[in-house]
Amino acid sequence: MGLNPPPEEIPGIRRRFIIISLVATAVFVILALRLWYLQVLGVEHYRELSERNRTRYIAIDPPRGAIFDRQGQLLVDNRPSFTVSVLHQEIDGREALFERLAHLLNLDVELLETRWQAGLRLPRYRPVPLAVDVGRAAMERVQENSVDLPGIIIEVKPRRAFPQGRLAAHLLGYLGEITEQELQSGDFPGYRSGDLIGKTGLEKLLENRLHGQEGLKRIEVNVKGRELRQVTTRGPLPGHRVYLSLDTDLQQATEQAFGEQAGAAVVLDVHTGEILALVSRPTFDPARFARGISQDEWLDLLEDPQHPLQNKALRGQYPPGSTFKMVVALAALEAGVAGPETSVNCTGSFSLSPSYRYRCWKKEGHGRTDLKKAIKESCDVWFYKTGLDVGIERIADTARRLGLGETLGFPFGGERPGLIPDREWKKARFGTSWYNGETVITSIGQGFVLTTPLQLATMTAALANGGTVWKPQVVNRIENLAGEVIWSSAKEALTATEWSQRNLEVVRNAMQAVVSEPGGTAWRSRLEDLPYAGKTGTSQVIRRKSDEEEELEEEADIVPYRFRDHALFVAYAPADDPQIAVAVVVEHGEHGSSAAAPIAKAMIGNYFQRDAAENLARAERR
Amino acid sequence: MMFDRRLITHLNWPLLLLVCLLAGLGIANLYSATSSWTTAALPVYLKQTYWLGLGLMIAVIICLVDYRHLEYLSFPLYATTLGLLLLVLVAGKTTMGATRWINLGGFNLQPSEIMKIVIILAFARYFSEKAHVRGLSLKELAIPGLLLGVPAGLIMKQPDLGTALLVIFIGGSMALFAGIRRSAMIWLGSGGAFAMAGGWFFLHDYQKRRILTFLNPERDPLGAGYHIIQSKIAVGSGGIRGFGFMKGTQSQLSFLPERHTDFAFSVFAEEWGFLGCLLLLFLYLLVVLWGLYIAQKAGDRFGMFIAFGVTAMLFWHIVVNLGMVIGLLPVVGAPLPLFSYGGTSMITTMIGIGLLLNVSMRRFTF
Repeated sequence: MGLNPPPEEIPGIRRRFIIISLVATAVFVILALRLWYLQVLGVEHYRELSERNRTRYIAIDPPRGAIFDRQGQLLVDNRPSFTVSVLHQEIDGREALFERLAHLLNLDVELLETRWQAGLRLPRYRPVPLAVDVGRAAMERVQENSVDLPGIIIEVKPRRAFPQGRLAAHLLGYLGEITEQELQSGDFPGYRSGDLIGKTGLEKLLENRLHGQEGLKRIEVNVKGRELRQVTTRGPLPGHRVYLSLDTDLQQATEQAFGEQAGAAVVLDVHTGEILALVSRPTFDPARFARGISQDEWLDLLEDPQHPLQNKALRGQYPPGSTFKMVVALAALEAGVAGPETSVNCTGSFSLSPSYRYRCWKKEGHGRTDLKKAIKESCDVWFYKTGLDVGIERIADTARRLGLGETLGFPFGGERPGLIPDREWKKARFGTSWYNGETVITSIGQGFVLTTPLQLATMTAALANGGTVWKPQVVNRIENLAGEVIWSSAKEALTATEWSQRNLEVVRNAMQAVVSEPGGTAWRSRLEDLPYAGKTGTSQVIRRKSDEEEELEEEADIVPYRFRDHALFVAYAPADDPQIAVAVVVEHGEHGSSAAAPIAKAMIGNYFQRDAAENLARAERR
Repeated sequence: MMFDRRLITHLNWPLLLLVCLLAGLGIANLYSATSSWTTAALPVYLKQTYWLGLGLMIAVIICLVDYRHLEYLSFPLYATTLGLLLLVLVAGKTTMGATRWINLGGFNLQPSEIMKIVIILAFARYFSEKAHVRGLSLKELAIPGLLLGVPAGLIMKQPDLGTALLVIFIGGSMALFAGIRRSAMIWLGSGGAFAMAGGWFFLHDYQKRRILTFLNPERDPLGAGYHIIQSKIAVGSGGIRGFGFMKGTQSQLSFLPERHTDFAFSVFAEEWGFLGCLLLLFLYLLVVLWGLYIAQKAGDRFGMFIAFGVTAMLFWHIVVNLGMVIGLLPVVGAPLPLFSYGGTSMITTMIGIGLLLNVSMRRFTF
């Protein structure tokens, strides 16, 4: 053993060991320098990275404020909605996982895959939503099988709920995801992509009141993004509570009274302008929007010929027809052109000149007709003649003082101004002068005149309250969480005209006769024990038909729906002490007396003749 | 051979204590690194303690046999290990895309690890006879070249770039130490450069990716670069004093991958900071210098080469591992001796330590 010499005897070996030891030490010094660089110089940078690694800030959606009616009945609330999501990091064997999940949720595997692909742009720790708002049953199925679904989690978020179903859908409006433009507009500070905001109606108008303040959860997570502990939490602040002037019962009764018919109705408090009911038919189901409406459903709504998404109470512009006659009557009385006893012999038509003949709706004529009878039985000839005597300027002026022809400042929904024509308007619009024939047809609310249901209700309220046009209000007050009122509406007069109370009384008496005297056009819609006043109207969709055409149609007994006349009715009640004003338009309802007046009757009846027992029951339910 | 009482007095106690100190620190570190694991199986730090115990026993047994007997066994051992490496290629067990193990019924043998020791013995045998003052010529390097190249090639084919490189580093260091003629050095240097360029095409995709990612970790922060980035965050956030034992967030919250094996040092660095790291570096440096001292004082050239080879093995493992976790070298998968969890690494290291002790205690006996 040991045939070779010991190292000490190898020449130069000592030097070699010294060099090697120095080299080894130098390498260790390099390692130490690198550690010094990382740990001493870089500590702040890496501490920050480490912090970012393990902490996540997660926003907690605030519950949106609830909306109530005037009596505190809930109209819009929130419900928990369950979203099935998947955590990026914990996913293992995606295909098999999605297969199982799709089976549980009754969804297409491809759909899950598509959503997964779409979610890949999210930060890694953010769960990717696979099925939104799945419903309690599906949620429970997923939960029961969670052992077989690693990485699948269920997120709970508040979503809009509508305890009253479709009630007042147009007023309440709906939510939608904030768009890129809205985000960049600067109008929505603090909002993030994916947030829901009010897109229409009150939800849009009161977005900043209803939205609330989002909470923040700072959590510590492990590498898989699984929450280990919450470090700090700032709770979300729910949005404010909004109380409307709406009367749920009345709104409900009105919507029901329409049945399948299209149209709109408005009920106002005559002394304040508060909106008690505002109906547009047909309507839509706001819950569909809360769920996330599909492209197909959306297109169906948009392309529906009856325009369910349109709020017709604000945006529907209809010729007022005979409901305009009060304007002409009041203008005539104020101008002294006609008095209560001014009478005209109605023979069924009125000749402006031998070649221009204007027909009364009643072919055989009304005979001798004074103002009251002219309104009660809606004689056209009396108004043709009186209107001509008053002149278009005074008619237009009176109409405007009663709230027609301009928007009333309704705060949302794109209210339309309607149209009250006069000489100046016609000159500007067509460059031609005004013809007497146009005054004639304007006197019965045809021709160029256009009004919205809201304007008709406002006009009726002004007639009932002595001449004040109140700005329509729908929000009564807004309360914060503590129940403190942080905003409340104040009534605001848009115009207040000092009409001669005697003249107003003449018009009102005639309106009362419409309902409460036999022969009145709305006699069939009277309410026992509750005298109210009203006026029917029938407005042509197209020009008044010639005799021949009318006879042809009567024979065939079919008029295409879209050519049928609109039915209108305005009313206030009770007749002796007006509280509410009502306007009803039934699109293509043909006759105000048969289509619109019964709806108004149901509304007024509901409001004033609610059974005491029913009131009691409602109080208990609340 | 009878047990010689003098051996106890000649046993290199400081080295043994140093090794036990490092292994103890390693076990404590593993305790922290894996504290968040909840498995019914034996905790990692306990398993490592058992491996340490087994390793110490092996080291003692190795001490009992005079290393000079190994001089005759060197080549047979080498041949056997080479055979095992071939066997791996034919009948090896494949895990995660690599075939490195031979299943011996419940126990997985990794011949490439054995090769680290065996190449030391074989080179020690060869160089103790062939080395001379003028240095080895290119022709004389042909045989060690083959001795090194064949197993390294086989290991690379498994594929296990880290182990193959380490084997080459160990052999290369020994050859350099033995002395190489200047002309041969130039040839080898230029040949090596060509080989590296050519070798790029033979690398596996994941190996190329590792090298590219090393050069720019941000290239793939969630994939291949993840290890380096997270490890640097752990080390860097440790600062001067560290977060304290069991308090490192990177490791305790599992952001650090492979924190009980290759990246165990990152856990230590996060929790003990720059000061702790300096201490650890100092201890490792002591081991290396001590090993070199043992080589210098060895009783014969064979002992010297063995001691030097073992020291080189420890040195390269330390440098490659630390260089990797602090972002100086690419991630090649080398354990930190005595610190990373793993039976194989522990046994290999302790065999080496046993050899060092063996050489050290017999420096006076001829």
